[in-house]
Amino acid sequence: MLTDPPESTDITQRRLLQSIVEVARSVFGAAAASVFLVDRANGDLVFEAVAGEGENQLPGTRFPGGTGIAGWAVMGGQPLLVDDVAESPRFARAAAESTGYVPRSIMAAPLIADGECIGVLEVLDRDSRPRGDLGDMDSLGLLATEMATVLELLVRLRHDTGAARAVEVARFDLPLLQRVAERLPTASEQVGATVTKLLTMADELLAGGGA
Amino acid sequence: MPASVVPHERFEVSPLGPVVTREWAWGGADGSGIRVCVLDSGVDTSHPLVGGLEASMDVVTGDDGEAAVVPVEPGDEAGHGTACASVIRAIAPAASLTSVRVLSSGSHGTGAALLTGLRWAIDEGFDVINMSLSTTKPEFRDALRELSDAAYFRRCVIVASAHNMPVRSYPWPFASVISVASHDGPDPMAYYYNPSPPVEFYARGVRVRVAWTGGREMLTTGNSFATPHIAGICALILSKHRSLTPFQLKSVLYLTAENVAGSAATENGGARVD
Repeated sequence: MLTDPPESTDITQRRLLQSIVEVARSVFGAAAASVFLVDRANGDLVFEAVAGEGENQLPGTRFPGGTGIAGWAVMGGQPLLVDDVAESPRFARAAAESTGYVPRSIMAAPLIADGECIGVLEVLDRDSRPRGDLGDMDSLGLLATEMATVLELLVRLRHDTGAARAVEVARFDLPLLQRVAERLPTASEQVGATVTKLLTMADELLAGGGA
Repeated sequence: MPASVVPHERFEVSPLGPVVTREWAWGGADGSGIRVCVLDSGVDTSHPLVGGLEASMDVVTGDDGEAAVVPVEPGDEAGHGTACASVIRAIAPAASLTSVRVLSSGSHGTGAALLTGLRWAIDEGFDVINMSLSTTKPEFRDALRELSDAAYFRRCVIVASAHNMPVRSYPWPFASVISVASHDGPDPMAYYYNPSPPVEFYARGVRVRVAWTGGREMLTTGNSFATPHIAGICALILSKHRSLTPFQLKSVLYLTAENVAGSAATENGGARVD
């Protein structure tokens, strides 16, 4: 079966992001785990995948860059953890209005690919199992590193596949097909029938997987 | 002695010890007379945990395309710099603080702004520069290294956050800066020497109460918040021993670290240097 490579890598990327936020949520016993990607056009942070609280409504939602704990992770380029955020009424209200959920704690790590911060992996409200805060941040950092590395590979794959398709297309004389299509309506009946027959044969050949 | 190693001019050097204890290092000190520069997202001076600054600066790009450091109204939309400044203020309340905004929203340490801000801070002769940030862009590595070395030889101490993810970032791994990661103890004055660099010191970095935007406070964890603890302690030590070189200052930190001073055969937690 032939597939469209760019679309295929997009689907793979979505599945990858979703699986990693689900792993993150499970590892930390968290209320939610999410990944934001940085919109290069304006620096916004966009929810790309969410597991747990908000998973149905948050993907696609965007926030201005530099705001919130995810913004800190982008700006500082380092993992961090914030506790008792819900004690701040202003934060709680803003969070509730934008995500529908007010966390007590937020842990975030940057996704760094090719020296650029391309997004943030964030975990809300880890469970109370006895683990060290520093250990949790290290684990999140490792997950973020893994995620960024695979994203980097996907981007490269997409680029390589796109380039390969361009080379592939260039092997064929597409302008020839264009000229045939333009001239066919003005051809004589006999020539038109012959050309149509040839094109039909070509079509059947391609449909038969004769590539 | 070859001529190249003869000092070209006389200079003051504070003697160490003979017993370097924490009391000797910073006992009674409050950071008076020491100028600390916070390279970060800006600082909110209206926060009660921060207070007034010596100056608030920003890195802007002029019409000629050149980046320049200019005065701005104090402010910090993100709150990261405000958080770091509040830690330094808590440790060294009388130190003079200046903010240079090199992080802007949505950008990960743009590199060019970082270099411009750091160069300005070194030229301005700050005693301590706090960098709770790093850049992962390799194209800025060499310039950052040169600036870090220049700072070191001009008695300007750069205290930089170590990265705890397996990525290459700068300037914290450079030998000429003091790199800091986190320990999980509650004592803001407790720090440890790491004999396996590039991280050189561990300072309090877990559940640190810091200032945030809008007059708020919160508990934060991360190397970003361990770093200003060491920057503040450097300010305390320098305010008592004004002419320490960065080399000596690092040595004092080493000699007074919990895992060094505590193991030394001295009565009051110090190490002999004679």
